[in-house]
Amino acid sequence: MAFYDKLFSALGLSDWCGTSDDKAPLSLADLAAQAGGQEASGPLIPIPSFDNLHESCNRVWQSRDVTNGIEEGFLAAKPVLKTVLDPITQPLSWMLDGALWLFEAMPWFIMVPLLVAISWYASRSRPVTIFVAVSIMLLAVVDHYDVAMQTLSIIFVCTTISVLFGVPIGIAMSKSDRLQKSVVPLLDLLQTLPTFVYLIPLIFLFSVTESKLYGIAIILYAIVPVIRLTDLGIRLVDRDVIEAANAFGMNDRQKLMRVQLPLALPNIMAGINQTIMMSLAMVVIASLVSAPGLGVNVLRGIRNLELGVGIVAGIGIVLLAVILDRVSKAALTRVDKTQVKH
Amino acid sequence: MTQPMVRLSGLYKIFGACDKDVLHHVQDGMGKEELLAQHGHVLGLNNINVDMQAGEITVVMGLSGSGKSTLIRHLNRLIEPTAGEIIVQGEDVMQLSEDGLRHARQEKMSMVFQKFALLPHKTVLKNAGMPLSVRGEDEVTCDREAAKWLDRVGLSGFENHYPAQLSGGMQQRVGIARALTANTPIMLMDEAFSALDPLIRTDMQDLLLELQKELHKTIIFITHDLDEALKLADHLVILKDGFVVQQGEPQHILLNPNDPYIEDFVSDINRARVLRVRSIMTPLVDGKVPKDADGEVDVNDTLESMIARSGGDTSHAYVVKDGEQTVGTLDMTELVRALVPRVASEAGARQS
Repeated sequence: MAFYDKLFSALGLSDWCGTSDDKAPLSLADLAAQAGGQEASGPLIPIPSFDNLHESCNRVWQSRDVTNGIEEGFLAAKPVLKTVLDPITQPLSWMLDGALWLFEAMPWFIMVPLLVAISWYASRSRPVTIFVAVSIMLLAVVDHYDVAMQTLSIIFVCTTISVLFGVPIGIAMSKSDRLQKSVVPLLDLLQTLPTFVYLIPLIFLFSVTESKLYGIAIILYAIVPVIRLTDLGIRLVDRDVIEAANAFGMNDRQKLMRVQLPLALPNIMAGINQTIMMSLAMVVIASLVSAPGLGVNVLRGIRNLELGVGIVAGIGIVLLAVILDRVSKAALTRVDKTQVKH
Repeated sequence: MTQPMVRLSGLYKIFGACDKDVLHHVQDGMGKEELLAQHGHVLGLNNINVDMQAGEITVVMGLSGSGKSTLIRHLNRLIEPTAGEIIVQGEDVMQLSEDGLRHARQEKMSMVFQKFALLPHKTVLKNAGMPLSVRGEDEVTCDREAAKWLDRVGLSGFENHYPAQLSGGMQQRVGIARALTANTPIMLMDEAFSALDPLIRTDMQDLLLELQKELHKTIIFITHDLDEALKLADHLVILKDGFVVQQGEPQHILLNPNDPYIEDFVSDINRARVLRVRSIMTPLVDGKVPKDADGEVDVNDTLESMIARSGGDTSHAYVVKDGEQTVGTLDMTELVRALVPRVASEAGARQS
């Protein structure tokens, strides 16, 4: 007899519960219990979980009904979600595919100098530029140039979109405490949710062959820091300067463009740096859902136990990460310097 | 009597969520502490009535927490009053729309801040030209005007520096140049010189007086420093706990303080340096010039210079002249008497 039988009879719910007519085994444990002809012995008082209560009362759910319910609910909502989200996110697929095509189609002898030139323009630092050039050549020498470019193209698109959406959202949050209060928990959720968990609903929503699947996963994960730091940066702008802007009759737009954004720029740049690093982290995991790039090689290393392949790809990712970090950090310090010259 | 440039009448400010609801308590005479204890609201300003005349420097003086910075922020409505009228050039600031208010801030009132509040990412030139560029003037005009006023405050050659590269005194010169570039009839100066060290502060005060001599702006100046107040003020307003304790001509307040609080204030300053002959002379009766005078003095001479002139001899007497006209006589004994603060009331003030 199950432990909670007495409870239900004491509450007078025996009739409501009904008898369990269904004796088919529902789990391996049930099966073993039936085969052995004895009840599985548990702790003295079993925890009052759905499954344990179900043993005494058929009307009570089983825990798998909960997971089933979520799944069915999601599947029921899927057609609607899909008709709404599909057209909205379609441009993301085009952008990712386009960028991928562009980065691959561009001959290396144009692409590499271009990347080095961009690094120089952004950082204005000779060591950083030289480091970028050497790193790319290292990747090229071990034939990882193409995959590295694939990864870079994805990061490029996802970071751009994160900034395009993140900065305005951050600005809006800084203007309204209400909005901030409601958005912050969402950002916390996006940041703490294990990255694999994003992928599950996305796989159901979109086909794995579509590039927007990993694009959305990366953007959701990477957009958080740029939103947070834009909001923070604008809120941290010296109140006296804002007061001066008011006293000289600036309108909201002038205040934003001439005072708040320029003064928040170092914080925003720090946010962009974080966004780049997080999209790089996610692009590796997204290789599970067919994102091309260095992550694929890492995955191959794990799946086939090809140690060398995995490690070379891993080092490639580290190099890419350091390049992106150094260039964006150098750009950040440059912005900082123009603000406070001593 | 012409209309004042700025008129504040019946101005109240209470900080807190239900300021309008507790206003009647204050109007019925409830004090700052009681209001805070019983209703949790902070009394900022209490029935302020001040007229500020065109072309004068009105100094609002009080200790910290007396509401002086709150007061100046009401003129351009950086702070909204709880009740009362703010009339600037005959126009009620409270009735202005958002656009109208912005327009007034651009065209009528410029402000100088205690902490300078310059834009750190802009050069000195762009900072000084900011008020004009906010109005939508083209860059050439902004730069030309900014350069003109920077030169006027003694900063030519620093146009392309950033504020962080300048000392505090120089940064405040930029702040003043910025307010002058705005070319507004009214200048609001919120403890503009308080953050500067004493020598530079004196320089800046002289600069302000010199500028005022040629520009004749209506300046509202906030300070907690009585010496500064007496040096700059044409009209002195003394605030305490949000209400006006005394206002009037500074010399008059100095000689006739009407409140222990003010006597306490006044007792610590160098009276000889601040008081002028015109405040203590005996006005001339029926145009008779005394014959036994030891010499002629100007109405605006300080008592300190008189003592030096007489060599400390109290038996001397002088004829006081305002330009060519003889306006009164000055007896050195009167002068010495004026130097003594009102001792009895001072003792009272110390006790309270």
